[in-house]
Amino acid sequence: MTTVVLAAAELLFLAILAPAVVGYVRWLKARLQSRRGADLFQPYREFRKTFAKGMVIADTASWLFHLAPYVVVASTVAAAVLVPVFSASQAGDQFGDLFALMALLILGTMFLALGGLDPGTAFGGMGSSREMTVAALTEPTLAIAVLALALTAGSSSLGVITGTLLTTPANAIGPGHALAFAAFLIAMLAETGRLPVDNPATHLELTMIHEAMILEYSGPYLALLEWAAALKLTLLLTLAANLFVPWGMATSVGAAALAFGLVVVVAKIAVLATLLALLETRVAKLRLFRVPELLAVSFTLALLAATSSFFTR
Amino acid sequence: MQLFTKILRTGVVTEPLPDRSSSAVTLAREIDRRAQTLFGRALAIRQVDAGSCNGCELEIAGLPGPVYDMERFGLHFVASPRHADMLLVTGPVTRNMAVPLRKTYDATPDPKLVVAVGDCARTCGVFAGSYAVVGPVDRIVPVDAYIDGCPPEPADILQGILAALGRLDAGRRG
Amino acid sequence: MIGTALASAMAAFAAGAVFALAWPSGAGARRLSLASAFAGCVAALVLGVDMLDSGISWTWQSQAVLQPLGGVSLRVDPLGAFFVAIVALTGAPASLYALGYLRELDGRLRGRAVHALFNVFLAGMCLVPLADNAATFLFAWEVMALSSYLLVVSDPEQEGAAAAGLWYAVMTHAGFLALLAAFVMLAQNGPLEFPAMRAAAGTLTPAAQSTSVLLTLAAFGSKAGLVPLHVWLPRAHPAAPSHVSALMSGAMVKLGVYGTIRVLFDLMPPLSPWWGGAVLALGVVTALTGVLYSVAETHIKRVLAYSTVENIGLIFVGLGFALLMRAYDSGVLAAMGLVVALLHTLNHAVFKSLLFLAAGAVVHGARASSLEALGGLIKRMPHTAALCLIGVLALAAVPPLNGFTSEWLTFQLLLAGARYTAPSLAIMLPLALAAVALVAGLAAVSAVRFFGIAFLALPRTDGARDAHEAPLTMRAAMAMPALACVVLGLVPTLAVTQLTAVVSDLGLPMGQLDTGLALSLPLIGSRLWPIAIAALMAAAAIAAVLGTRAARGRQVRIDAAWNCGRIAQSPRSEYTAAAFAEPLKRVFTGFYRPTHEVTVEVHPVSPYFVRAITLRADLAPWMEQAIYAPVVRAAQRLSAQASRLHTGSIHLYLALLPAALLVLLLLGRWIR
Repeated sequence: MTTVVLAAAELLFLAILAPAVVGYVRWLKARLQSRRGADLFQPYREFRKTFAKGMVIADTASWLFHLAPYVVVASTVAAAVLVPVFSASQAGDQFGDLFALMALLILGTMFLALGGLDPGTAFGGMGSSREMTVAALTEPTLAIAVLALALTAGSSSLGVITGTLLTTPANAIGPGHALAFAAFLIAMLAETGRLPVDNPATHLELTMIHEAMILEYSGPYLALLEWAAALKLTLLLTLAANLFVPWGMATSVGAAALAFGLVVVVAKIAVLATLLALLETRVAKLRLFRVPELLAVSFTLALLAATSSFFTR
Repeated sequence: MQLFTKILRTGVVTEPLPDRSSSAVTLAREIDRRAQTLFGRALAIRQVDAGSCNGCELEIAGLPGPVYDMERFGLHFVASPRHADMLLVTGPVTRNMAVPLRKTYDATPDPKLVVAVGDCARTCGVFAGSYAVVGPVDRIVPVDAYIDGCPPEPADILQGILAALGRLDAGRRG
Repeated sequence: MIGTALASAMAAFAAGAVFALAWPSGAGARRLSLASAFAGCVAALVLGVDMLDSGISWTWQSQAVLQPLGGVSLRVDPLGAFFVAIVALTGAPASLYALGYLRELDGRLRGRAVHALFNVFLAGMCLVPLADNAATFLFAWEVMALSSYLLVVSDPEQEGAAAAGLWYAVMTHAGFLALLAAFVMLAQNGPLEFPAMRAAAGTLTPAAQSTSVLLTLAAFGSKAGLVPLHVWLPRAHPAAPSHVSALMSGAMVKLGVYGTIRVLFDLMPPLSPWWGGAVLALGVVTALTGVLYSVAETHIKRVLAYSTVENIGLIFVGLGFALLMRAYDSGVLAAMGLVVALLHTLNHAVFKSLLFLAAGAVVHGARASSLEALGGLIKRMPHTAALCLIGVLALAAVPPLNGFTSEWLTFQLLLAGARYTAPSLAIMLPLALAAVALVAGLAAVSAVRFFGIAFLALPRTDGARDAHEAPLTMRAAMAMPALACVVLGLVPTLAVTQLTAVVSDLGLPMGQLDTGLALSLPLIGSRLWPIAIAALMAAAAIAAVLGTRAARGRQVRIDAAWNCGRIAQSPRSEYTAAAFAEPLKRVFTGFYRPTHEVTVEVHPVSPYFVRAITLRADLAPWMEQAIYAPVVRAAQRLSAQASRLHTGSIHLYLALLPAALLVLLLLGRWIR
């Protein structure tokens, strides 16, 4: 029972924190661009405003256009439940693991792509095609990164991976862990549509991947999709932090341990978000046909990580 | 790395908005109270060039930059009118842009605001009477605020947008 | 019970064929023959389920038929029963579907022939898994091949049907010969009965063993669609009527899987790990080839045919893994590999038949079979679209449908294998895992493209604009496998528990299995609980819906799609199927070998006035050119040489007769 309550609390935490993470990255990028920028609560205001606006639906849209935002939200929330946030006791292990998480994320991507194709606009089709291509090419990297982690932990369940790493920190020493971390971070950039794969702040439709698919959405649908994207970024950052650097997570259900775990995970997400903002300031967007090269690099790193874990066992 | 050292050296260069109400801004009609509260702290702007000479666009392009930094007021540009709350229209409306401007307006969800930037948007400026021009912006779409100037300064444009939102006090504090 | 079920199934199929040919009214012939086919499938399903539940095997022999070859010998064991169930599960919806689909062929001889052949096809497919000697097996195999060949070439208006039929006929008969040779080799001068082959298998010389394995893989691999013997599949499946394509993809290729399992796991002793690795590698290559071509093809049924090739590859990945683990004496992992392969066989049969039936409904309704000519069908054919969406999601292997279950299990399997076995597999299994993940991602691309281009956006041609919804029988027929997809996805343990019985009968016990609603197998550390995932998703979606409805001031206005203010929205501005696949075609350009041909038509007066520019973009069929073209050329050369005997001189022909007789007598003497 406590595990279920903890899982609900973790989900609520991620859901509420998600816009703040996006806001923080935007604020930091603004500062790095020598501007003041909006504070990190701006995405909450945008969500409230967008949610209250009216909707304009294209006359070429069908019921799938209306279904897509709900499926995206549902799949992202289900994926978020699987992520270990501040407690090592994971209710999510009862119904899924890292492979299920990957599949849930791709379910969301698929419905985003279908929602982009539905109104019949050229930009929607373009975004769908590119997004599906990038998603397909990210799959092998993520699978091998999961394999590398699961080989040392003995299972692909998220709670087991973090738990094993918490109890035997020696597993993290060695090239395999660091290589898998690097590969995971690159794959994460592709999955969440950040630079250098996709620029979330672009207005040029020909350079859009994720944004192009949601050009037709407005009002509450748009608010839901933007929030789901923020949640996806937050849950992948949390995953990167807790799968590879889980120390600080609460191993018991005491209030002090949980509070400490909460503070630590916020700090970890802040560090990763800072690195993300620095990276986005430093690099330019890659041409679409150069993205597979980047993903091939991350795949090689992941493969090296997986095979190196064989030789250290 | 040189980039980050340069960033550190430059620091934040945003200038506060001038502490005077701009004479260039005219409110065309009573802005809907509901719209003002809704857009109070977050506004998405879609810029439409209805045949301008791009002089106004150059000034508008300075708005998201470090000096004028519209993002600190919660304003940001969006690509699709479906995401927009406000249309920022420039130029005398040429015949080719009349229908697209109307379509952009129709594609924007309610509630929405329209701000016309520049002399051309209000009176067609130097292009008045041309065979290629249909008329000022309010001939095609209802306008909530005008910003005069040829081109208006970015500070005036910002003040116009904030005035349309009823947030001029906030703007003055910068 | 099993005997009566089998007898009634065969009787129903026979009656169906007779009704189709003999019943006076065309409509009545159609209804009665398809109803008999349906009844036969139900009886076959009863047979399969009863055998799996009771565990009692049943045999039957008769020397009355096929006496010179050893008579008919039938045996129902768990493996055979499972495959009979798969045939029945695919055949029943196909029979119901054909009621509406082939209504326009009433009163024509071709319609009667199609219905009769359909029944014969089903009968052949039901007999193959039950055969217990080579004669019965090969007889049923040939019945199946001939009836399906005739069905493939049955539509004279289908372009390419004759060529497709030729490819199919040649390859299936080449497989037949390989199979015959394999059986002869396995029998080793003994009777051509499976029990005798099983007993004698231990005495095979290594050379004979390797040859039989190769011949088996060639024969059953070509039937299943393993690369490079898959080339008949994307030609034959689109040419056949849709319900037959559903059967071919859903059931017939699975009989290639059945044959492989029967020979390699049942009749033969554990093989060396090289064979396991080879089958695993073949499976990976097949999966990659299939999915890459399915992403690039534009004919609606060819996309699905290549997707069948991809899934067969995934099944063979499981089989190869099982062979590997058996060679390394890891019985539980081998059992699991086989269970996963069989589970994916079932899942694929279900969702692929749904997809082919839906494709047939689309072709029937929109009168177009190229993705580039469809579009906007979701508004004209909403029920078909919804059912097809279920199939497409199962194809893309997303939770909580059944495609995801077998994909998740494949991942877990490769993970478990990577932990427990020899370092020599340290490179192979991670690469296999990466390849399977890539295949899964590309399958998702293919699924989105297939559904998105065909059903969404605006219609691209008049046919799509005037498309009509499929008749009720066709929709009901599609609802059956759709329901099965959902049920198998939400409660996977239903199938897995039956499969453990099948696998332990083959000598690979799996140990205790958790029979709850969540899926967790021995040696696998994680759990999958699809119902919980579905419930969680539903709760989140409902919360979002309620929130959206409660939002104040939410008015909805309908307006034109935002196309940057352009005056008119035309279907020409939509993305095409070729365009959707373009980024992937560029990434994998070495595989696709695309060819571009540009012809410019100029005005006769001056080359500066261009009338028309035509671009023809194609994918070079390099596999056919590299592997099959030389074979075809050699065969043509050989026959050209042989035709030198056709001198026209009757004296030569008369002299050839006793010469041939002499040669045969000497041969017979020498063999004895």
